[in-house]
Amino acid sequence: MAAAVADAHRREWGFVLAATVRVTRDIDLAEECVQDAYAQALRVWEERGIPSRPAAWLTTTARNRALDLLRRDSTLTRLLPMLVADDVVDEPELPEDGEIPDDRLRLICTCCHPALAPEARVALTLRLVCGLTTTEVARSFLVSEPTMAARITRAKKKIAAAGIPYRVPSAAELPARIDAVLAVVHLLFTTGHTAPVGDGLTRADLVERSLDLARILRKLLPADQDVAGLLALILLTDARRATRVDGEGRLLLLADQERAAWDRAEIAEGVALVREALRRRPPGRFALQAAIAAVHAEAPSWEATDWDELVGLYDVLAQVWPSPVVALNRGVALGFARGPQAGLDELDRLGDEPQLATYAYLSASRADFLHRLGRDEEARTAYQEALVLTDNLVERRFLLERVAALDAL
Amino acid sequence: MGQYLVLLYESESAWSEVDDASRESILQAHNAFGAKHGAKIAGGNALQPTATATTVISDGAGGFTVTDGPFVESKEALGGYYLIEAADLDEAIAISKDVPAGFGGVEVRPIMVFS
Repeated sequence: MAAAVADAHRREWGFVLAATVRVTRDIDLAEECVQDAYAQALRVWEERGIPSRPAAWLTTTARNRALDLLRRDSTLTRLLPMLVADDVVDEPELPEDGEIPDDRLRLICTCCHPALAPEARVALTLRLVCGLTTTEVARSFLVSEPTMAARITRAKKKIAAAGIPYRVPSAAELPARIDAVLAVVHLLFTTGHTAPVGDGLTRADLVERSLDLARILRKLLPADQDVAGLLALILLTDARRATRVDGEGRLLLLADQERAAWDRAEIAEGVALVREALRRRPPGRFALQAAIAAVHAEAPSWEATDWDELVGLYDVLAQVWPSPVVALNRGVALGFARGPQAGLDELDRLGDEPQLATYAYLSASRADFLHRLGRDEEARTAYQEALVLTDNLVERRFLLERVAALDAL
Repeated sequence: MGQYLVLLYESESAWSEVDDASRESILQAHNAFGAKHGAKIAGGNALQPTATATTVISDGAGGFTVTDGPFVESKEALGGYYLIEAADLDEAIAISKDVPAGFGGVEVRPIMVFS
């Protein structure tokens, strides 16, 4: 039973909270009522069995609890700064088997509002949409619990006091607001995919949450190609999860990964989404990044990878999303399509980019091309530059082993 | 419906170098803003430059220090404000985008309501 409740917590927290906020028009009160509903579920489901629609049961229970509290203490409603909502639910009694409207897009857009600090958007999304505790959110971003608690409290206060509305943005505003939401989900994913610091390469919890969020957005916005693109990107990258380190935790490059162990179901789902996302002209940033991941995912081996196709995709990506990191990846693909000298020339052109000055991958990629060209002394220096620039212990170990291999030659 | 104070922060040096024609066109832009959002504007004023400002600070013991100059010295200084009515922050931001503040930008602050 505890497992069923935990599962409902993971799957339905955002749905139940979003529907409850509409009744309370206060986030803290709604959170309390939803927590209460989950506590009741543990007891009641034990007695009567798991309801056929757990989300509906939890929502009804949480909303009834909210109404009790609001009726008992009518001053509560006047003292709290109310959230601005365009259609307040006056008759919150839900029909026994009716559809509960899915309010999660309101909740997500409120959490990711551009008037909130970026780090607060991420924290609120994890807390309110994914239902993580403040302790868990703090751990995910390696900050102390009081710091994270203060960050979340400050953001909630701003939502209420500044009048950040609890509603789906107008059609004119929606694309920009969805971009902000996708940026939060993408940040969660990249932070989880390669942890900036620490002894593990990845943080699986963050990757899973980003995948959950991308799936929710896909359900809410089925026609949005940027959403399809981001979900595809996460699936296609995450499909390699099991093969990115070896049995001893050593980093394995794409070239050395055991492709048979890639998650074929995730790849198939991702590839189908990429096809859909690429239909828009010009394709979006996430769609193109996902298409690049798809080329790797479908290649039978590193050697048989379609490097010309990758260079072409990076060319388009550089147009819709110009960034030094894209230029770097394009240079690497070029090095495999036309030989290490071509790749090195391209990377050397990027040496002055300030954004890449502290980016370990530039030095590491140069080192690899230099080694392929037989310029091992320069390769050694480049690996050592990369070592200075990363604090991820798995990446550091990989680079140290490369230096040692060159020393042994 | 709530009230928001839209504070105009602009470069005073840029303002001091403006010629008459530009000054006139900025004035007209403010008139146009007033015409477009008249129903939402509850008040507003332009302020004299910070060179005319006087700062008064209590020393906590009944005395005051009175000094020449603004409370905070900054490149962009508070030069005026509008008090607007808006349903929520999204509407307040939408209105603020129409406020002429070419030499800087605006800050949107909700008015505190005491119950």
